[in-house]
Amino acid sequence: MHLAYPAVLSALLFCTGLYGVLARRNAILVLMSVELMLNAVNLNLVAFDVWLSRAAEETLHSGQALTLFTIAIAAAEIGIGLAIVLAVHRNRGTSDIDKLRDTAEGHEPDGSDTDTPATGTAAEKAEATA
Amino acid sequence: MTTTTLAVLVPLLPFLGAAAGLLLGRSAPGFVRPLAVLPTLASLVLAVLVAARQGGGRAVDAVTELTPTGSVPVELALHIDGFAALVAILVGTVATCVQIYSTGYLRDDPRYASYAALVSLFTSAMFLVVYSGDLMVLLVGWEVMGICSYFLVGHYWETPEARAASLKAFLVTKLGDVPFLIGLLALATEAGSFRITRILGAVADGSLDHPTVIALLLLAGVAGKSAQFPLHTWLPDAMAGPTPVSALIHAATMVAAGVYFVARLLPLFEASRAAMVVLAVMAAVTMVGSALAALAQDDIKRVLAYSTIGQLGYMTGALATGDRGAAVFHLLSHGAFKALLFLAAGVIIHAAGTNSLAAMSRMRGLRDRVPDAYWTMTVALLALAAIPPFSGFFSKESVLGAAEHVATGHTEHAPGAAGWTVLVAALITALLTAAYATRLWLLAFRGRGAEAPDHGRQPVVMNAVLWVLALPSLALGGLAFRLLPDWFDGHDLTPTLTTSVLGTGVALVGGIVTYAAWRHTSALADRTPLGAVAAHPEGDAALVEAEAIAAHRPAYGDLASAPDPSDPGRLLLGPLHRHAAVGFHLDAVYTTLFVRPVRAGASLVRFLDREVVDTYVRAAGALPRLLGAAVRRSQTGNVQTYVSALLAGTVVLAVAAVLVATGA
Amino acid sequence: MILAAGSHGFLSPTGVEIAFLLVGLVTLGAAVLTVTTRQLVHAALWLVVALGGLAVEYLLLTAEFIAWVQVLIYVGAVVVLILFGLMLTRAPIGRSPDADSGNRWAALTVAVASAVALVWVVVDAFRTTWIDLDGPAAGSTAVTGASLFQNWVLPFEALSVLLLAALVGAIVLSRKARSTGAGEASPAVAPQAGTSQAGTPQAGAPQAGTSQAGPSRTDGVR
Repeated sequence: MHLAYPAVLSALLFCTGLYGVLARRNAILVLMSVELMLNAVNLNLVAFDVWLSRAAEETLHSGQALTLFTIAIAAAEIGIGLAIVLAVHRNRGTSDIDKLRDTAEGHEPDGSDTDTPATGTAAEKAEATA
Repeated sequence: MTTTTLAVLVPLLPFLGAAAGLLLGRSAPGFVRPLAVLPTLASLVLAVLVAARQGGGRAVDAVTELTPTGSVPVELALHIDGFAALVAILVGTVATCVQIYSTGYLRDDPRYASYAALVSLFTSAMFLVVYSGDLMVLLVGWEVMGICSYFLVGHYWETPEARAASLKAFLVTKLGDVPFLIGLLALATEAGSFRITRILGAVADGSLDHPTVIALLLLAGVAGKSAQFPLHTWLPDAMAGPTPVSALIHAATMVAAGVYFVARLLPLFEASRAAMVVLAVMAAVTMVGSALAALAQDDIKRVLAYSTIGQLGYMTGALATGDRGAAVFHLLSHGAFKALLFLAAGVIIHAAGTNSLAAMSRMRGLRDRVPDAYWTMTVALLALAAIPPFSGFFSKESVLGAAEHVATGHTEHAPGAAGWTVLVAALITALLTAAYATRLWLLAFRGRGAEAPDHGRQPVVMNAVLWVLALPSLALGGLAFRLLPDWFDGHDLTPTLTTSVLGTGVALVGGIVTYAAWRHTSALADRTPLGAVAAHPEGDAALVEAEAIAAHRPAYGDLASAPDPSDPGRLLLGPLHRHAAVGFHLDAVYTTLFVRPVRAGASLVRFLDREVVDTYVRAAGALPRLLGAAVRRSQTGNVQTYVSALLAGTVVLAVAAVLVATGA
Repeated sequence: MILAAGSHGFLSPTGVEIAFLLVGLVTLGAAVLTVTTRQLVHAALWLVVALGGLAVEYLLLTAEFIAWVQVLIYVGAVVVLILFGLMLTRAPIGRSPDADSGNRWAALTVAVASAVALVWVVVDAFRTTWIDLDGPAAGSTAVTGASLFQNWVLPFEALSVLLLAALVGAIVLSRKARSTGAGEASPAVAPQAGTSQAGTPQAGAPQAGTSQAGPSRTDGVR
């Protein structure tokens, strides 16, 4: 099989995932796109491993081993990622990425939000200690 | 102790007292009064000792050079001749009196400590000027006096008048000091030394190349310090300071420094006939103009200030005729009676609660409230008007005699024209002096109307000082005119018959005419009520005075004069009164000539700075700010945008790298 | 391999290539739909298709073990987890008009540019490279297992530590929300409703806790 087929497919999948990461608003959709990108890499790894296992005399099957590791890490990543998204959603009431602008310069609408939580927290803590 | 040691201690003691007073003023208020009075008193005693040892004989000279100072050496030198010894006694006496008087006058003043320390420092500087045998050291004392004067005139700095007056005094005297410094340097360069003795030696050898230029430059400084026309305008305004300051600085000592300086270097001035003529014209204009202005003033202290200017004019007149004995004689007697006049005026201002003669002329019984001030002031005014046998008569007659001596051509030192100028001006001034002295006395003590306010008894120290100073005012002239020639150059100071008759005659005429005018106008006083009184029965005198000065302009419309039809000066001067009241518009002329161009230049510079230079500065700040704002707009906080930009850059870099690697 | 290049024609695809191409097209289409659909749940379902398609591609590349792991973990666990996540964040069912952010065109530009660059480079680099798929499977379970436990034991064990860390991390994230819930939840309350701080956030906390069981269980499977 021509190596270009899996390689090109992998590249296209990767760029599709890239588009999703950059364009999607919902954080979970972004995570899905990240999975797409990871899988594109996996495909690359598998394809080259298969190619090399034939081309070389001795092989460590590193591509496949790394693919397995990637899959495991991706699973862990999606778990942590979802936990974070859920925590953010609980705290902010939204999981839209473009509304999480605490690092914005100046006086974005969210800039005032960072003040109210601070005072709210203080009030809550005072209440809790009381 | 040697005479030199004693003489060194004389300026040193008040200086140490001043330093200690400034240091201890806050921490140990109990020491402030002894620290103010005792060093000055000790200096007076030492000055008397020095004078007794010097005894009018050979001048005491002592020199030490601390360190080499370049081509013309600056040396710590003493040069004590008869003039220096006697003027030092005057300075010590007046300073001691003023310090004692101030303990009562500024009894409750919160800034008394710094005030007393500054007066001590001033005294020290004046002693330095008097004793110094080196012109650079003299200049140090000269400038220290200037700065002390600035601080002391501005003692009531809460009032705008005092602030303006202190600044004016400083600037005007400095205006004279700049040519003075240049003159000193030129003199030292030509004579090769700052030592007075060497300079006088050089003058005697005729080795000075430009005596006229040097003398005229020095005269500018003298005019500034001694308040001679045209740099006299600061002195009347300086009356915004406390009365003891006026007495010490602006009557007895600092203004005398200029006269004393000329007296010390008189041979230098005599070397230039032009300088002597200028000095004579300056003296004449100063005398007559200030006497006219004094007749129109309403503030009792301003009357005395203009009178001081006039009396200093007598002294410079005497110098212009080449007789420094007469000049210093008048300096001594004037120092005594003018200090007395000012201190008595301080008591009167406290008792009356106002510094306005117009208001005093509407008070009954002011003299019964302050009998000590009444009697001593009467003595001092008689001395001022040169009525025999008071001391002013003898000293003024010596000036008149010297002028007559020159005018009739009996001397080669001074041009005859100078003699005539001084003589005529002095006689006119004698008339006017008697007139304003009479006016002052009548308005202050013969007022009619409401009872004078009761400010309680005056402090004993203040009254005692008045009597102490009354003694020399009364008797100094008569006792001294025989002795003084031994101390001075040996010129005869005995009054001549012609000038005595002339001078006393015009003085009597002036007094009588003023009395007649007063009789004529005083009836009007009841019809025009006038006056504002600051009543603080518990407050000290300084508080009353500060309020009186601050209230004069709001109450009477002007700092100097009052719209009082019952003023005899108004009748005597006629249409001239309006101009005399404002000092013949000299301030307005200065405003037009100097103040406005300077202000215009300042506003131009300000415009250039604010609008032109600052534009560049602001642009230098605004440009990065704009760039920053542009960059800030990209900081949206949207992570996706950031990642997009990052990846776009990565793609571009990767493509570039690939292109380079493949050699495309 | 390069010597064998002559025997392969670029325009004479084998059957495997055709199958790969077709599945690849389906996978790519599903992926594109995943990132473009406006229905969030559909996106997850399209993701299943894309990941499944990839599993088929692995099979075609003779990597059997990885293909099954792909099916098990991705299609079985990850997508289920994602669906849970969508539900827990109350993602709208049906078309949501704002699924894409305003960054869309910039993203498209970057994606297309990088795609062009990558495809160009990859095609240019591997124009003459063929994979020889004949012979024994390159990724059979036996081969992979042998390789994994002979050469890759240490990374494998290290990975288990990583997974443990992920497990602990997930628990901490959920516990944090529960135990100090009053202090942490209040910022979310502020924009919603000032008074009822105890209502929604604490209702969300236990759900988050259950959802965290997902990854840990997945780790256990592996």
